[in-house]
Amino acid sequence: MQRIGVFVCWCGSNIAATVDVEAVSQALKDEPGVVFSTNYQYMCSQAGQDLIKQAVAEHGLTGIVICSCSPRMHETTFRRAAAAAGLNPYMVEIANIREQCSWVHKDIALGTQKAIVLGRAAVAKLHLNAPLTPGETPVTKRALVIGGGIAGIQTALDIADAGFKVDIVEKKPTIGGKMSQLDKTFPTLDCAACILTPKMVEAAQNENITIYSYSEVESVGGFVGNFDVTIRKKARYVNESICTGCGLCTEKCPVKNVPNEFNLGMDSRRAVYIPFAQAVPKVATIDPDYCNMLKNGKCGVCARVCTAGAIDYKQTDELIEQKYGAIVVATGYEPIKLDKFDEFAYNSSPDVITSLEFERLTNAAGPTSGKLLRPSDGKHPHRIVFVQCVGSRCAAAAGKGKEYCSKICCMYTAKQAMLVRDKYPDTEVYVFYIDVRTPGKNFDEFYRRAAEEYGVKYVKGMVGKISPQGEVLKVQASDLIAGRQLHIDADLVVLAAAIEPDRSARPLATMLTASMDTNDFFTEAHPKLRPVESPTAGVFLSGACQGPKDIPETVAQAGAAAAKVIGLLAKDKLTSNPCVASVDELMCNGCSSCERVCPYGAISYVNKEFRMPDRTVALRRVASVNPAVCQGCGACTVACMSGAMDLRGFEAKQIIAEVDAICK
Amino acid sequence: MNRDNVRDEVIRRSGTDPRKCMKCGKCSATCPSYDEMEGHPHEFVYMVENGDIEPLLASESIYRCLTCMACVERCPRGVEPAKIVESVRLEAIRKKGANRLTPEAVAAVADEELPQQAVVTAFRKYAK
Ligand SMILES: Cc1cc2nc3c(=O)[nH]c(=O)nc-3n(C[C@H](O)[C@H](O)[C@H](O)COP(=O)(O)OP(=O)(O)OC[C@H]3O[C@@H](n4cnc5c(N)ncnc54)[C@H](O)[C@@H]3O)c2cc1C
Ligand code: SF4
Ligand code: SF4
Ligand code: SF4
Ligand code: SF4
Repeated sequence: MQRIGVFVCWCGSNIAATVDVEAVSQALKDEPGVVFSTNYQYMCSQAGQDLIKQAVAEHGLTGIVICSCSPRMHETTFRRAAAAAGLNPYMVEIANIREQCSWVHKDIALGTQKAIVLGRAAVAKLHLNAPLTPGETPVTKRALVIGGGIAGIQTALDIADAGFKVDIVEKKPTIGGKMSQLDKTFPTLDCAACILTPKMVEAAQNENITIYSYSEVESVGGFVGNFDVTIRKKARYVNESICTGCGLCTEKCPVKNVPNEFNLGMDSRRAVYIPFAQAVPKVATIDPDYCNMLKNGKCGVCARVCTAGAIDYKQTDELIEQKYGAIVVATGYEPIKLDKFDEFAYNSSPDVITSLEFERLTNAAGPTSGKLLRPSDGKHPHRIVFVQCVGSRCAAAAGKGKEYCSKICCMYTAKQAMLVRDKYPDTEVYVFYIDVRTPGKNFDEFYRRAAEEYGVKYVKGMVGKISPQGEVLKVQASDLIAGRQLHIDADLVVLAAAIEPDRSARPLATMLTASMDTNDFFTEAHPKLRPVESPTAGVFLSGACQGPKDIPETVAQAGAAAAKVIGLLAKDKLTSNPCVASVDELMCNGCSSCERVCPYGAISYVNKEFRMPDRTVALRRVASVNPAVCQGCGACTVACMSGAMDLRGFEAKQIIAEVDAICK
Repeated sequence: MNRDNVRDEVIRRSGTDPRKCMKCGKCSATCPSYDEMEGHPHEFVYMVENGDIEPLLASESIYRCLTCMACVERCPRGVEPAKIVESVRLEAIRKKGANRLTPEAVAAVADEELPQQAVVTAFRKYAK
């Protein structure tokens, strides 16, 4: 028989205001096996924990029930207190009388009654608890960073700095991400390349960092501390270790009309290309969709001109298998497609562009060498209209766009508008806004400068319609403060398109069993207290893949993710949760039902010899659980038709005892 | 009916929820009848939300809306302003002896420039 102690927490007034804590501790005193029952203001405080220790010693308790907040909040706290008192930490049960009673009930009588019932269930379960011991697994001291934008680069640099090996997998031919496409950056207006390229070079030169560019993650297995990852290094038809990046091939290649994705299709590149001058790694890549040699075997110019002999038309994809202790997701964002927003004429006029295209148009390395010229006729635009919130803040009922605020566009629009006025003072610049959102250090001051010092005309109201007419774009908009409809003939319109997660994020999340929100941004383990960890152990989040972010925020989060990874890799061993599934081999008939439902791939089958009642030996196929991979979700225990699968700490008989206690 | 009842009835009949409006003005930016109206689509939404329906009932604006549905199509919040205009218009039509256009007045307003839809809209109240 257990000797059980019950501790009812007031949680200040959080519980005590709606649950009569004294009545609960009195009622539970009479439960079988309960030898001590009390209540206290804050059980999680030091004094509360001391109360537990003292009671264990004085009353010889073998297990404790805490009636308090959700176990997600303080289970670890109370297990630690039990261990300090000399109990096995798994001899602790928590009855959640806060989230499930006081916070959802208004009536004290009802709340109290329910709290007593939940406490009774916990006592009933505790009678069947057995001490459990966590296992230990080793940690592979190497991290994987998926995505080589500023987020991935910063995380990798910080992890490498602490002395751990780290690999960056980037799907494009170069690292750098969106930041490499930007011109100047708010709020300080330093040029993006000047602050980014040194970091890219540092990543390439750091001996702890390996960059797999033009590569993607093919599969992920294993678990925290011991991930098994397969990386597909796509064939670039150029030997990376020989190519000197001289660029001769990219000048001589006869295929000249390939849309240049780095400049968002506003100019063209060759079939063999280096995305931009400061690319890392600076090696050529052949585009198999356009290369004559790869398509029909006719050409071979690049191989002939390459003095290094780096061209290899026979190169194939390479699969690399590597073990990692931790994985960081840094897959960033993309501007949304504007196909559903006909009213802005994005698809019908080349002079209606997105803000990211605008960055390329003003970038010295862009298609116009940094001169602001209209894509249609190469003329200098004299009247520019910027439209904010394009596709952001749209209700689901509207059937298009995103519900969230994209967060970065107010600031980059102020930046772009300001830079136009600075460089081309003869240009009239309008910004149409719903709200100007500029929280952040020196951000509002920055936006006000655009209006006050640079004379950018901010108009409160949305643009309703843009119609291309001859050389001009007829912009029809609301000016809500003046109470009129404005008609402006613009030469160029810049749309601050909403941003969304990279389209590869969803399949990647499935591979990692990491969760996402409805918008496909990765979800953090706790929005306030664990912002850079995913709920999946060992998977961390960095940058805009978790939500819209500007560069300062991205870099801060990248560093935080690195710190978490370093904390994990610094450990030699990880303790694993002992509440895992276990199989009764005698009852298992090897039907595979459990393997099929296990979301973590923790179940496999073994052939084992069993001594039968007639003394013969039979070879039987039975399930086997890898306790290091099992997350204790319990899916297999429900799927098993023979009742052979059970979850330690949550055994079927314990759950039944709880239900019985509740129904008593 | 008191002010709140009128508001609730207008909102109910419109089948929309003016509280979803984020005051962006895209409806009024898109409205082809803007210059003909003194209360504009976003103002209809705002005033109905606040129960300020009397001035709208008295205004010619309710007959100037073309029911072209441009505002419904473009509103980022799915508010459907034209349905609110329509609901206010029905309130006026169903109210006996209120500010009504006479058939003669319609003819005077319906010049060459006025789109046919507007003429139809103006006549609608006499269909009952
Ligand atoms: C028009 C515009 C102007 C801006 N101006 C500013 C500014 O002035 N100041 C400022 O602070 N911020 C600015 N920003 C925001 C800035 O771009 C972001 O904060 C920053 O780029 C986020 O970095 P990231 O690494 O998280 O994402 P990204 O830059 O998107 O990088 C993600 C990387 O991951 C790679 N990737 C994606 N999926 C995979 C996959 N499955 N496998 C492998 N690799 C993958 C991508 O190819 C990319 O290289 C601007 C944004 C826009 C659109
Ligand atoms: S492949 Fe050869 S020619 Fe092309 S950049 Fe590399 S070294 Fe130069
Ligand atoms: S950041 Fe500004 S422009 Fe972008 S969606 Fe939010 S409010 Fe609109
Ligand atoms: S377009 Fe919609 S959200 Fe915007 S002001 Fe009009 S009704 Fe309100
Ligand atoms: S439906 Fe009426 S209010 Fe809406 S845009 Fe058309 S004319 Fe204007």
